[in-house]
Amino acid sequence: MMKGFKKTFRGVLAAMTLGLSATSLADDAVGWPEKADLKFGFIKLTDMAPLAIAYEKGYFEEEGLFVTLEAQANWKVLLDRVIDGQLDGAHMLAGQPLGATIGYGTEAHIITAFSMDLNGNGITVSNSVWEEMKKHIPSKDGKPVHPIKADTLKPVVEQYKAAGKAFKMGMVFPVSTHNYELRYWLAAGGLNPGYYAPHKGDTSGQLQADVLLSVTPPPQMPATLEAGTIHGYCVGEPWNQQAVFKGIGVPVITDYEIWKNNPEKVFGVSKTWAEEYPNTHIRVVKAMIRAAKWLDENNNANRPEAVKILSRPNYVGADYDVIANSMTGTFEYEKGDKREIPDFNVFFRHHATYPYYSDAIWYLTQMRRWGQISESKPDSWYMDIAKKVYRPDIYTQAAKSLIAEGKMSADEFPDFVSEDGFKPPQSEFIDNITYDGRKPNAYLSQFPIGLKDGETL
Amino acid sequence: MVTLTFPTWMEPYRALATGKVSRDQWQALMRQLLWPVLGIGLFLLMWQFAAQRIDTSLGQFPGPAQVWEQAGNLVNEHQQAREREVAFHERQEKYIAARLEQQPDWQPVTRAYTGAPTFFDQIGTSLITVMSGFLLASMIAIPLGIVIGLSSTVHAAVNPLVQLFKPVSPLAWLPLVTMVVSALYVSDDPMVSKSFLTSMFTVSLCCLWPTLMNTAVGVTSVSQDLTNVSRVLRLNALSHVRKIVLPSALPMMFTGLRLSLGIAWMVLIAAEMLAQNPGLGKFVWDEFQNGSSQSLGRIMVAVIVIGLIGFLLDRLMLMLQRALVWDKASAQR
Repeated sequence: MMKGFKKTFRGVLAAMTLGLSATSLADDAVGWPEKADLKFGFIKLTDMAPLAIAYEKGYFEEEGLFVTLEAQANWKVLLDRVIDGQLDGAHMLAGQPLGATIGYGTEAHIITAFSMDLNGNGITVSNSVWEEMKKHIPSKDGKPVHPIKADTLKPVVEQYKAAGKAFKMGMVFPVSTHNYELRYWLAAGGLNPGYYAPHKGDTSGQLQADVLLSVTPPPQMPATLEAGTIHGYCVGEPWNQQAVFKGIGVPVITDYEIWKNNPEKVFGVSKTWAEEYPNTHIRVVKAMIRAAKWLDENNNANRPEAVKILSRPNYVGADYDVIANSMTGTFEYEKGDKREIPDFNVFFRHHATYPYYSDAIWYLTQMRRWGQISESKPDSWYMDIAKKVYRPDIYTQAAKSLIAEGKMSADEFPDFVSEDGFKPPQSEFIDNITYDGRKPNAYLSQFPIGLKDGETL
Repeated sequence: MVTLTFPTWMEPYRALATGKVSRDQWQALMRQLLWPVLGIGLFLLMWQFAAQRIDTSLGQFPGPAQVWEQAGNLVNEHQQAREREVAFHERQEKYIAARLEQQPDWQPVTRAYTGAPTFFDQIGTSLITVMSGFLLASMIAIPLGIVIGLSSTVHAAVNPLVQLFKPVSPLAWLPLVTMVVSALYVSDDPMVSKSFLTSMFTVSLCCLWPTLMNTAVGVTSVSQDLTNVSRVLRLNALSHVRKIVLPSALPMMFTGLRLSLGIAWMVLIAAEMLAQNPGLGKFVWDEFQNGSSQSLGRIMVAVIVIGLIGFLLDRLMLMLQRALVWDKASAQR
């Protein structure tokens, strides 16, 4: 009896305090998580950092989430496990939720409300290819002038062709950012990276190709290059810096120079999961926003600590020096040619965490450009898919809740009232072609190499 | 007056202590102690020698010293993880208290530590999985083997299937098992994880066959005299199996079981590696993916531990066989 009374009394008290705070928070407070035990997957790459930091800094726990982080073998396994529910969510390639939703590869409705980082990839070629390329690259003060365009690779590829050999390069997954970046760079230099024709059952992506691209898992890239199976690759860190350290290849360009501040990884969950656990999802995004902020705070002041965490065997596990090379704002091209790229890994600056529709549409345009989407689609289709997959509404709820709790301030986010999810037209691409996310078909018509409106292979 | 009795194998050591060693005992000592130690020493030297000459893209191949160092690191990491676990539970209690304050009708759930499993946790997981898979396989294989051995009709019917499935590699079964488990094992509050079931069934499917075949052969080869005795005594089917068939077939059965357990252990590591299911196989794969300068040393520690556990499992079966089989001569090595 007495116990019951005490319980109700405590309840009333709590309700009063909750009520008080609720009036001030308006409707920005997020309810308790529906599911507290979560398992997230990741691939051993430095850009999984927001997950590791949200865990290590206790941001997940503060949201009442008990998260287990688990490394996955490859992107396919990771996606399949999110689809069949073994994983609640995962660190994904930006193209994966889009590819899965439109049914390229495994079909499933995956959504994302959080963009994990900008930039962070590089293209590396083998030493012998570099020697040949170097002859065509202008130099200043004894160092090659960057950015290096694929025009300088073209004569090398032609030599291979004349000798009857295929010039091969590796990328990490058919719908990976790396695939599109490598293709963009090659095509901007007049080299055809080849087309996909899924309607004819051809998913090799090598039709009409000057350079043959194939899939290699990131950690195996340096070894495959060393073995001579491929002559270059496009991959995330630490696998370009690894090539420099081992002296087996030379990074020629970073994706920052191919497309300044390009979106890279996202945090993906299945749509059914998000519908079943809406509060949990918002809380996950909250924790990750805080982690991203921590990673970029005070001009990357926390990066050395982050590198230390990432170098633990259960996260990325590569040596501290290798990870630190790119994570702390520098990038080493040729051995000894270390240059400052403070924005090589961006986790929070430039609104990096916001899931922009225009980012989604860029990836869709590239899927169309290379034939993964075999038939041309109207502009409205691009818009519909982007809205189906990218969910700034969930992000906004998370951000508002963080602002209401006083953990972040409104000026750290886009203006949610006026933000429509489209970045202004961007032209900081290596070929200076302007991208306007509202006009995908007009954008595609500007490329000399690539499928255009109405074309089918 | 109590007289100390020594097992026969300890006799030479007692002699060594008393200083009266016969020629036979010297030979026994050398066989038991000197040659193995020399063999291991030579192996370590060759390992060290070869390691210095192999440069991989992950640095030099680890020699015995580096591997020893990594073994120490793994122990340290395990201890650190336990400390983090304690801190985790303290934080959790605070969270529960704070939330109860705001939401008194909430039913608190205490959660297990969410940190990454250490090397030793992975050993535990692998051992549990391999034993479960092996037990399941034995529970199917032994009865089935007896039936096949007793009836030539059943033997004729089942034999083609056994011959067909016996040589199948675990890696071929794995995708099928994974899909079937995730399709059939649906539960909101699962008792065991799907990955555990996948590994376990894969192990069972692969280690079924030696036990099955050997049991069947053991049963078939029960001596005609004993079968006649059973007939004379008019034993019913169950007693016939219990009193006559099982004791005679037991040595063969154990040969099968030992083979099965060996296969189970090997299959498990491969399955864990490929399916990314928790366990030693995943540890090896994760380290391979890490590609740090310590990775190879850590993998080598795992290789040695895997070998050691495989050896211990085999000894365990041998001990069990000695305890159960009447014909002790059949359980020598």
